[in-house]
Amino acid sequence: MAEIKWTTADPKGVLTGAHYIDGNHAACEGALAAGCRFAAGYPITPSTEVVERFAARIPLVGGMFIQMEDEIASSICLQGAVWAGLKAMTVTSGPGFSLMMEHIGFAAMTETPCVFVNVQRGGPSTGTPTLPAQGDMQQARWGSHGDYETILISPSSPQECFEFIIDAFNLAEIYRVPVMFMMDECVGHMTEKVVIPEPEKIKVVERRWTDKKPGEYLPYQPDPEDLVPYMVKAGDGYRFHITGLTHDERGYPAATDVEIHNNLVRRLCEKITKNAHKIWKWEEKDTDDCDILILSYGISARVALRGIELAKERKGIKVGLFRLIVVWPMPEQRIIELAEKVKAIIVPELNIRAQVAREIERIVKGRCPVIPLGHAGAGVHNPEDIYNAIVEAAK
Amino acid sequence: MSTTLRENPVEQFLRTDRMPHIWCPGCGIGTSVNCFARAVLECGIDLDKLCIVSGIGCTGRVAGYLRLDSFHTTHGRAIPFATGLKLANPDLHVVVYSGDGDLAAIGGNHLIHAARRNIDITVICVNNFNYGMTGGQVAPTTHHEKVATTTPYGDPEYPFNLPDLAASCGAVFVARWTTYHVVQLTKTLVKALNKKGFSFVEILAPCPTLYLRRNKLGTSVDLMKYFKEKSVIKHGANTKEVGLETYDKEIIVGEFVDIDKPDYLDNYNEIMKKRLGDKFQPWGR
Repeated sequence: MAEIKWTTADPKGVLTGAHYIDGNHAACEGALAAGCRFAAGYPITPSTEVVERFAARIPLVGGMFIQMEDEIASSICLQGAVWAGLKAMTVTSGPGFSLMMEHIGFAAMTETPCVFVNVQRGGPSTGTPTLPAQGDMQQARWGSHGDYETILISPSSPQECFEFIIDAFNLAEIYRVPVMFMMDECVGHMTEKVVIPEPEKIKVVERRWTDKKPGEYLPYQPDPEDLVPYMVKAGDGYRFHITGLTHDERGYPAATDVEIHNNLVRRLCEKITKNAHKIWKWEEKDTDDCDILILSYGISARVALRGIELAKERKGIKVGLFRLIVVWPMPEQRIIELAEKVKAIIVPELNIRAQVAREIERIVKGRCPVIPLGHAGAGVHNPEDIYNAIVEAAK
Repeated sequence: MSTTLRENPVEQFLRTDRMPHIWCPGCGIGTSVNCFARAVLECGIDLDKLCIVSGIGCTGRVAGYLRLDSFHTTHGRAIPFATGLKLANPDLHVVVYSGDGDLAAIGGNHLIHAARRNIDITVICVNNFNYGMTGGQVAPTTHHEKVATTTPYGDPEYPFNLPDLAASCGAVFVARWTTYHVVQLTKTLVKALNKKGFSFVEILAPCPTLYLRRNKLGTSVDLMKYFKEKSVIKHGANTKEVGLETYDKEIIVGEFVDIDKPDYLDNYNEIMKKRLGDKFQPWGR
């Protein structure tokens, strides 16, 4: 039986009360509430406020922030801090996220629990630094070379930036994966009321420390139930070895052993796919008897609310909203159930390559039409466009 | 007559269950590890608190053979990983042990910034003048005009003067030895391990399989003779003058820099205390 130890937030990191702050500031406060005590970052628009707030707050909380020389350094520096025993994160956007890819793979391979925050902007390349997009959704899943699975979470408001980044840290610890917290410029720079609860109301997961002694402990021996191994940290006498090479349960390189490689890579994927039902998180609105389903995430799901309202007001069309909060892994069973009932699923998102819609198509397998409603970013959808797509699909 | 078998004193630092190692006969990396293990024996540091971080390459494999908390990271990124490890738990002694290609080419940016910050880590750079693991390509340390697989007609570039690079960026301890100078190297490593702040030790080492063979420089024994004959010990030498532009130049070895100044955490804690007063709890002190 996998042992997950839940506790409540360390009061030092919790700024209880009502605040009027943007999503970037809220994400930082959420990270501190979740127990994050180390961040390494490099300034990049539109994510910079996260590192600025971290730099200002962390000395008062009992932690460390360092601005590194680039995103490559940031994305591995934080992993050193994790192996020293702290919860750690980095934050970036667009080009910086591209530079971090190798170390997302390193975290996946070494099973280093950590959080990568991506405040998405338009690309490719320098793109639209000050404007939103949701164009990194596939990169966040597959961007590093090789096979691995990770978890993607997408908030729609500053309040959710606070709340769901706590989920991101908890899931990172439970499954020992890098969790991608996929914000966008719009949510990052949107200022709203954010209510931070008392520390005892915030649930956080402790690291999966081993209860074995040095000599008995195997760094990559998985828990038989959830396939996740238990951790140690540097300095405790375990004399353990960590490598990005394919490794056996001792953590020793086995880079030419087909069987060990196969077992390791399958386990890295299966610890997410087999536990997916424990990771899923979504929200439904008016899905009981809808004819058209809008399936979306992040800022696009929020914009879609107005399009849905218009369709109801003007045409009386019954439209439901299915908002993915954990975008990956996806709640496939529930999506299939709805696909069997509705006339069509429309997927508004701020990319034109149907990055999430193509996953929905794969899950729905023709049970109903899946209509990607792409927008290249640098803005959000006009609710009229969502309304028009609904009217068209309802014909 | 009875024979007493004595255990090699460095064996306790080695993961003997991983032997034999991957290094070629005549390679200098093993010699450097032997010196390091002997330095560890002498340095007085609690071994449970001593961490080794390597990047990728032949020397990058050192972390895997040392029975310490050890991290085999990504290519070029051992230093920023070590920075995170050290800053998150300042009680740890963190050593980066990697090669010239890893630390000076792909990782060059991290080397200069860690030295500038004066992060309290020790960087050991085994310089064998080329990329060994991938089969002998040109490195930023390859002698001018020498041959590598990616400069088959000779290297048109000039090599880094690594001690000068580290020193000019702010390293508080900078030294160079060759794998011929095992006694001196061991003593220097003891000093580097106990030095507060960013310390950098370059170890010149033979790569017989690739660099020596392709450049017709003989065997490792020939290179040992070359190290012996060409080396001039100059402690405190001006690092501007220790470059190894060409193969026939004299090799200046010794301890070049040994200065004291506050490390990153000293400065961090002092500044925070000044601005935040009692609201700030000194980090790791």
